[in-house]
Amino acid sequence: MGMSIFLMLGLALVFGTILSVAHRFLHVDEDPRIDTVADMLPGSNCGACGEPGCRAFAEKLVSAAAQPAGCSVSATEQVDEIAAFLGVDAGERVKLVARLHCGGGRGLALNAAEYSGMSTCGAAALVNGGNKACEWGCLGLADCQVACTFDAIQMNERLLPVVHPDLCTACGDCVVACPKDLFTLEPISQPLLVQCKAPTTGEAARAVCTVACDGCGRCVADAGEGVMVMEQGLPVIVQPLLTSRSATFRCPSGAIAWVEGSQFAFEAMEV
Amino acid sequence: MVLIASAPTFSHGVHPADQKARSATEPIGRMPFVREYSVPLRQHIGAASEPIVAVGDIVQRGQLIAKRASFVSTNQHAPVTGRVKAIETRPHPSGVSVRAIVIESDPFSSQQMGASGPRSDQALADSVSDAGIVGMGGAAFPAHVKLSVPEGRTVDTLLMNGCECEPYLTCDHRIMLEHPTAVLEGTAMIQTALGAKASVIGVEQNKSDAADVLRAASKGSVSVAQVAVKYPQGAEKMLIKAVLGREVPVGKLPLDVGVVVHNVGTAFAVHEAVRLGKPLIERVVTVSGPAVSQPRNLWVPIGTPICDLLAFVGLDQLDQYIVISGGPMMGQAQKNLQAPVVKGMSGILVFPAAHQATKEYPCIRCGRCLDACPMFLNPTRLWLLTRNRDIEALNQHHVQACFECGSCSYVCPSHIPLVHAIRMGKKLVREAQV
Amino acid sequence: MSKLLLVSSPFVRDERNTPQLMRDVIGSLVPILIMSMWVFGVIALLMVAVTGATAVVTERLVTSKRSLHDGSALLTGLLLGFVLPPGLPLWMGALGSAFAVGLGKAAFGGLGANIFNPALLGRAFLQAAFPEAMTTWVAPQMGFWQLPERSLAWPLMGSHVDGISAATPLGGFKFQGLTTDLSEMVVGTTAGSLGETATWLLVLCGLWLALRKAFDWRLPVSTLFSVALLSWVLHATVPERCADPMTMLGSGGLMFAAVFMVTDPVTTPVTAKGMWLFGFGTGVLVVLIRSFGGLPEGVMYAVLLMNAVTPWINRFTQPRVFGGLA
Repeated sequence: MGMSIFLMLGLALVFGTILSVAHRFLHVDEDPRIDTVADMLPGSNCGACGEPGCRAFAEKLVSAAAQPAGCSVSATEQVDEIAAFLGVDAGERVKLVARLHCGGGRGLALNAAEYSGMSTCGAAALVNGGNKACEWGCLGLADCQVACTFDAIQMNERLLPVVHPDLCTACGDCVVACPKDLFTLEPISQPLLVQCKAPTTGEAARAVCTVACDGCGRCVADAGEGVMVMEQGLPVIVQPLLTSRSATFRCPSGAIAWVEGSQFAFEAMEV
Repeated sequence: MVLIASAPTFSHGVHPADQKARSATEPIGRMPFVREYSVPLRQHIGAASEPIVAVGDIVQRGQLIAKRASFVSTNQHAPVTGRVKAIETRPHPSGVSVRAIVIESDPFSSQQMGASGPRSDQALADSVSDAGIVGMGGAAFPAHVKLSVPEGRTVDTLLMNGCECEPYLTCDHRIMLEHPTAVLEGTAMIQTALGAKASVIGVEQNKSDAADVLRAASKGSVSVAQVAVKYPQGAEKMLIKAVLGREVPVGKLPLDVGVVVHNVGTAFAVHEAVRLGKPLIERVVTVSGPAVSQPRNLWVPIGTPICDLLAFVGLDQLDQYIVISGGPMMGQAQKNLQAPVVKGMSGILVFPAAHQATKEYPCIRCGRCLDACPMFLNPTRLWLLTRNRDIEALNQHHVQACFECGSCSYVCPSHIPLVHAIRMGKKLVREAQV
Repeated sequence: MSKLLLVSSPFVRDERNTPQLMRDVIGSLVPILIMSMWVFGVIALLMVAVTGATAVVTERLVTSKRSLHDGSALLTGLLLGFVLPPGLPLWMGALGSAFAVGLGKAAFGGLGANIFNPALLGRAFLQAAFPEAMTTWVAPQMGFWQLPERSLAWPLMGSHVDGISAATPLGGFKFQGLTTDLSEMVVGTTAGSLGETATWLLVLCGLWLALRKAFDWRLPVSTLFSVALLSWVLHATVPERCADPMTMLGSGGLMFAAVFMVTDPVTTPVTAKGMWLFGFGTGVLVVLIRSFGGLPEGVMYAVLLMNAVTPWINRFTQPRVFGGLA
């Protein structure tokens, strides 16, 4: 008994010595501000800033490789606080939100067939491209809602994802999750949106979806010089930030949308 | 029974009922010409073909209408004499619409082929490329690519795939029965082009009549190997294992073990192209399934809408049905019957929707899927890893080795869509690599 | 517009399904119940009915209704009933059954997620809670309508034990050095748990289930083979500790476990190699516990121990990918 106590004490002494020596000689000096800044960040590790996590972003901030406004999750006050603490410029803050390039929800876009199987968009997309007659359209099985870390996405009655602009941090998880690549991150100050991704034109487009872009090109003509161009049957916004709604006026289907705040709403649907 | 047990085969696999009897006995018929054809510019693996005709052009049956865009690509020919109506995005059996040349057939034309004499069998790869031939077994890989052996590699054996292990399908079976000489001649041409020492035709034992016919016609020049009736015997790697005992290393090609595998239907097409100068403008399609009253094989021009084909066999009201392109194990359900018959389409099957029992039970970890997987994977684990999106572990468990034969889903007593999930897992891994 | 259905391939399936597998196993318990009633009287029916009903009620209480369809809860309850001594108070059987389904299965996440064989876990719980009652054996063929004394005892009452009224073949061998006639063990007219005595019937049921492909034959075969092999060696070396192979195979809960416990897919390995390992491990443990342990019987602990290492076995017996390095 006495022997074993003695042995354990001896072992403790030996390892304790090794640890203290190691601490002295192998110590890595780290800027103490990193910890402070990391604590000031939201800690959600969402990756919207492009770094693997909040701490990595804090390191970038301290080494002046990034600007505090690069964190889209923090409130403006928090960003300013970090900027003041580090004595740097907060940087320009562009509020981005996830926007869906499809408006063809239930009752608007035609279903060519009925899908039965694993209830995710990713799975449905693998079976002949999904059940919608328009193969580019939103499948409505809520992979984006599941992927969203911030509960900013809710499916509405038309099975379209409603992105809450205040909750959306533009982390890009929904962009990755959507098998049809329908999401992009757009500045919230940019209300003009092409709400369709189908390259089909004319009757082929109209036959399968009431809100499809049929490539008529009126929006391009109305938007003014150099704002939009037609590419493969779809208008593309080349010069953002419009204050005039002119591009949307003559759109026959509403595919060219003017979106302020939430893109879709919860509505009582008339079937 | 003893004979079946002793036939060479691979390990694992499953035994679905073959359902071939009804369509195998009927001679191949001919699908009449319809009003409109849509020839997709991509019906093969590789780059899309480039159209060389314009809207309004009059084209003759067999005329070249689109050229191959790169080495791994194919030519396309007009399946019918008529007028080019449009070149536009059209539905495709894969579910992904592609650009297609739409031809309105000329109802008064005799549908004679354009003048084109025999081609050279000296530069076989060129002739085959000219004729727009792809692998007829389903994968639709441009055939000429597999006719030239890369520098520094040798092929000792040409293996012809006459297994047709998918239930219901009998198009290869009928071709072997009705055109044994053409199949053998095509095989000989391919063998010469590859410089292979031997060629073997692998035929499943449920087609012993075809094996006998081929043996009799070949007079010993080509050996016919009877293999066990088991799914997926017709998968390249499984056939090589069964006939030659060689195991293609994971992530490698048959060429790496000195073998090239072609489908017997491809041999037939090669023969037609060389001897008769006939490009690939039609193929044999098995139209079968529980909902088809008279299952049969038909010569169908490429580009024929599936709905027209089904109407021809008497199915025009398709409420609550599943229409499948390909076999019942690996085929794909169709949502748009305007999609055309393409070069790689071996069958159109129609199942009543009620046929599918979709109630899923929890995994009871019985291990049947492991015993079924011909690639010796662990499907139930891959299913779990896919759900957890664990890309690293998916790679460790060789998810990319899965060729989606569906044996795991077939045996699963809990009706878990294993292969569907693994397909998603493969996609996850692919996307992570980008 | 015609309505097409989109489903993922394959479009054909093997006709065997999970509820059907459960029904097969439940069905094969019917002849065993009849045999058990012939040996131990009506108590067999009462005990199995109590444990089965408790299991179903528990499942309904703790999980959603839908999982009842697969029949797995009922099966767990029935199996537990068959591995209990005939003289056990019925309330204990009910308690064990509730434990088996509630904590042995549902707490892990329901069918497919449990690590331990739930029926055996229930039995282990009873063994720990009521060691005396669980090792008190009733002699066979006391009369069909005669209930063992304490069967209808009220919960937590009448815990006094009257002493051993009969010895099981294994108990007799261990504590008194008695050997039991092989023919009695084969026919089933020995003391023991309700379902485990009639070896001939268990073998028949096992063969039927194997032919129906209700379980993987490698599991019982490897278990029985290793028991036979090891007891043959040990019996030759230490005959006073280890009974001969035939006694080993025919006595105690081994045959019942070989057909109904080691064949439980959920708690056994998924890999072919792993199944062989599991069976061999179980067999070796059974012989070792019976020969050198403090208890005459060791099947339950052997299976539960192997259940515990099953995830580990699975990990180390992953199949080699086709075309991969050996």
